[in-house]
Amino acid sequence: MEVSIEPTPVRLLRDHPDKEEAMKYVLLIHQGDAPTPYDQEGWGRLSEGERQEISKAYMEINEVPGVSPGIQLAAPDAATTVRVEDGKALTTDGPFVAVKEALGGWLVFEADDIDAAIELASRIPAARLGGGVEIRPVVEW
Amino acid sequence: MVAGLEEAGDRSGPGRARPLAQAFREEWGRVLATLIGFLGDFDLAEEATQEAFAAAAERWPRDGTPDNPRAWLVTTARNRAIDRIRRSRTLAEKTRLLDVPEAVEDTLDDTTIPDERLELIFTCCHPALALEAQVALTLRTLGGLSTDEIARAFLVPEATMAKRLVRAKARIRAAGIPFRLPPAHLLPDRLAAVLAVVYLIFNEGYGGRGDLAAEAIRLGRALAELMPDEPEVAALLALMLMNDARRDARFADGAVVLLAEQDRSLWDRDQIERGRAELDRALALGGRGPYVLQAALASLHADDPQDWPQIALLYGELAQVTGSPVVELNRAVAMAEAGDVEAALSLVETLELDGYHYLHATRAELLRRLDRTAEARLAYGRALELVALDAGRRFLERRVAELP
Repeated sequence: MEVSIEPTPVRLLRDHPDKEEAMKYVLLIHQGDAPTPYDQEGWGRLSEGERQEISKAYMEINEVPGVSPGIQLAAPDAATTVRVEDGKALTTDGPFVAVKEALGGWLVFEADDIDAAIELASRIPAARLGGGVEIRPVVEW
Repeated sequence: MVAGLEEAGDRSGPGRARPLAQAFREEWGRVLATLIGFLGDFDLAEEATQEAFAAAAERWPRDGTPDNPRAWLVTTARNRAIDRIRRSRTLAEKTRLLDVPEAVEDTLDDTTIPDERLELIFTCCHPALALEAQVALTLRTLGGLSTDEIARAFLVPEATMAKRLVRAKARIRAAGIPFRLPPAHLLPDRLAAVLAVVYLIFNEGYGGRGDLAAEAIRLGRALAELMPDEPEVAALLALMLMNDARRDARFADGAVVLLAEQDRSLWDRDQIERGRAELDRALALGGRGPYVLQAALASLHADDPQDWPQIALLYGELAQVTGSPVVELNRAVAMAEAGDVEAALSLVETLELDGYHYLHATRAELLRRLDRTAEARLAYGRALELVALDAGRRFLERRVAELP
């Protein structure tokens, strides 16, 4: 068999540095049943050590390269939802979805691909404490 | 037979389809994987690959099959893709490809075309895709099955399957699912996902649609070539080969035939031995995972007489690895065959599988052996309510008719 040692067009193109275009994701953190400082009862059931561990994990997440931390949101039950009907603004007390399903926080993550985003999301305490983290790719034009 | 091939055959006239059909089966996945690696775009790669195969259907019968069909197909597909990009102004972001000179076939041979089928299968079986999308994409991209064939295999309308494939491809792009091998720390989980998809395809085929089982074996063989050091990969191939070797004996007059009652002369002995060779390879690699255990069980089942106590033991080990009550059900069957019908029945009655027709069919069988006929009849009735496959239904109906 003849073996070519010359780099081929296929190889050259595949190794083209432009190929690795970074993705940008928003990670939407839903606390669900996870205890948070907003929920005195659930938070109070945790030991001091557990509370510190959770806070530390969130601080570490914010320091991961590529992460832009979101602005901290007040608890979902502080939300006011507005709908407009017949040109009139109607407000309701509470989030658009059920309180348990409401957005708890968010961050922006710039990464190579969704694998990195999945790994980061699985380090967010809410994901293992009864909540979930939704990964939403950002559309860039 | 693959519909894509039939179409190609129709276009190129009678008697001309064979070289193309062969190339299609052997080369589709490899050519497409190379194009996706080159372009980073599933849709464009698929269109270009399809065009290259259509061009082959037209030219090869007239001009003769090229010396290196793969290089011809990759070169042609690549040039078609570059043409498309050049023509399309909306794809301006891909202008980096415009400087590429047209590839000449001579510059490509097997040593220079990277085999990127593994990258492709790990992309298709990425956990960010729904399982049904993983299965459909794997069959379409690596298997080269047409949308219509996949739709028929999974009993959904073609439009539904087409939509599923379009959505899956769009999702790969939008979600940023990478076209690469997973890093080492993710590999075990990701490989398990790939093997699960291949085995699911096999089992769809094992229920009666033989073309899918053959396709799964083809995928399993390719994986075993591409990942020669993974015991679970070799074991999955072994398992599929040995189970498939019993295909002709599994059905008689459209009804399922129990292993014990199968006509062993209908088994494909050569294929069982090929399966055992793969199992030996997996064991030599130090494997003791779920597919190694299942393949070892398939091998024991192919012995005559069968070593039922050993089979029950291995099912026990497999149940611990998988935590699956279905495996426990099989263990119960092996215990009964080993002679302990009472213990088997007690085990079956602890299992939470009320919606599973095999549980009731097994329970009925054990009750029948214990001469508890009235209870057996009730259990067969429950199994019949639940059974989905016609062949399985006919088997159960015959069993009820045989009750005293």
